[in-house]
Amino acid sequence: MAIAKVCGIETEYGISVLGSPDANPISISSVLINAYVSEVAGRVGWDFETESPGNDARGFSFEAPVNAEMETHLVNTVLTNGARLYVDHAHPEYSSPECISPKQALLYDKAGEEVLKRAMKASRRFMPPGQEIVVYKNNSDRKGNSYGCHENYMMDRAVPFAKIVKQLTPFFVTRQIFCGAGKVGTEFLGSQGGVSFQLSQRADFFEEEVGLETTLKRPIINTRDEPHADATRFRRLHVILGDANLSEFSTFLKLASTAVVLSMIEDGVLDDGEIQILSPVQALKKVSCDPTLKVTIDTTDGRSMTALEIQWSYLDMAKKYYERDGIPTVGTSEEVAELLSLWEDTLCKLEENPMILKQRLDWVAKLNLVQGYKERHSLSWDDPKLAAIDLQYHDIRPEKSLALRAGLETLLDSKDVGMAVFEPPKETRAYFRGKCLEKFGESIAAANWDSLIFDTGKDPLRRVPMMDPLKGTFSHVDGLIQSSNSALELLEGLGA
Amino acid sequence: MAEREQKKKTQTQRESEELREDVQAKNESAEKLKADLDDLLDEIDEVLEENAEEFVRNYVQKGGQ
Repeated sequence: MAIAKVCGIETEYGISVLGSPDANPISISSVLINAYVSEVAGRVGWDFETESPGNDARGFSFEAPVNAEMETHLVNTVLTNGARLYVDHAHPEYSSPECISPKQALLYDKAGEEVLKRAMKASRRFMPPGQEIVVYKNNSDRKGNSYGCHENYMMDRAVPFAKIVKQLTPFFVTRQIFCGAGKVGTEFLGSQGGVSFQLSQRADFFEEEVGLETTLKRPIINTRDEPHADATRFRRLHVILGDANLSEFSTFLKLASTAVVLSMIEDGVLDDGEIQILSPVQALKKVSCDPTLKVTIDTTDGRSMTALEIQWSYLDMAKKYYERDGIPTVGTSEEVAELLSLWEDTLCKLEENPMILKQRLDWVAKLNLVQGYKERHSLSWDDPKLAAIDLQYHDIRPEKSLALRAGLETLLDSKDVGMAVFEPPKETRAYFRGKCLEKFGESIAAANWDSLIFDTGKDPLRRVPMMDPLKGTFSHVDGLIQSSNSALELLEGLGA
Repeated sequence: MAEREQKKKTQTQRESEELREDVQAKNESAEKLKADLDDLLDEIDEVLEENAEEFVRNYVQKGGQ
């Protein structure tokens, strides 16, 4: 049975240093994050001279490395909004807290951009004269290197994974028509050439249908099984296919439509009348390379369908599902009605003429800029200026961002985004994590998605497990946190 | 009869006027769109990294997922 679609987005940001193109990305990512922590938390005395400041200096680290991948995390911070900010491989990464709805996950994704903007500002005083750290929210350096923007959705462990793969793949291959971030040209070595513009940043980098990898031979459906919660009840679907979006509409549509489709899979709504794509990896690239949205892909039962037709079929089933069920796993009845109608409106406009959505969807906004610029200056598609526009679309500095200049419509109130930089979501365990860090930070030895470890001074370390993402919410724990004067009192109150 | 013709004529006139207004509105909105795009492209010219080729060449991101 469908369960609440607790969700969130983790974004690896691109990073470079003006005035020092060869700067070590690991060290500058560390400087960036430490600058934010020192600025926001008012902590001084952090050693910015060293390239590896160490994990646990301030007691805000995650638990000990559990695998080789974790060992490369040099700086690791948990924020009071419940998010995690750290150096992952050679990138600064912001993982949003667990959110109760797609709209909330959008809010915390935007709050992440704000965190990185503040980090860039804060980092200026730690950089030599003439050098400046610049952060990009994109997924490719245009030279064959990609970095991810992963979504996570809570699912019912009882649903067989094979069924998820089968019913989700056609949706994933085609959702890029509204959530692609756009790319000039191609980085796919096997490309036949002649690709001027793509819907997706990431399609070039996918080689498999299903698999565990995230850095090479990337699969459309990732099988990482790390629920960060009670593994007997929950699955965390780790989605590595998506692009990092600047457009709030693109991010919201991506999260909302995916959450609805996953609920449908859990409730067996898609068990009849399935669409199966014959060659999903090729289809993913084919759809990406056609901004006219006219290209067709072959299904296993011999049909040729456009990406739009496949999306319509998912939406039609979602509408029927909503009429029967209301889809409470994704939001209130009104919220779900609103998101379904936005999904429908978007498909209608894409069908009529995608350019109508140039202030709503990233790839269309970027295509509008690139095409206009190309025509004005009579450039060819391989002109470096167009590649520069592609990259600079994702520069998150307000004075440089081209996405900001594209006049994108918004869904969020900027005041709410400002609040979300510090305040955790009230409806998930992120509330307990964030509020404990805010009030009892000095007594927290380590934090993780599914636990907090307290050091009260005398006793052995005490671990508070948080195995259910829907417990530890405002209504569960706020009274106790408010009334506790120390971590010890809090732990006694919890009976931990 | 005459009255019907008169009505018909009025209706045709009205329709063509509406059509003219419609076309005019469309032209105006197309012009406005073009002006908006021109402003946008002017702004891109102002903020785009000066040496595009070098900027694109120097943007290298290794070690991502």
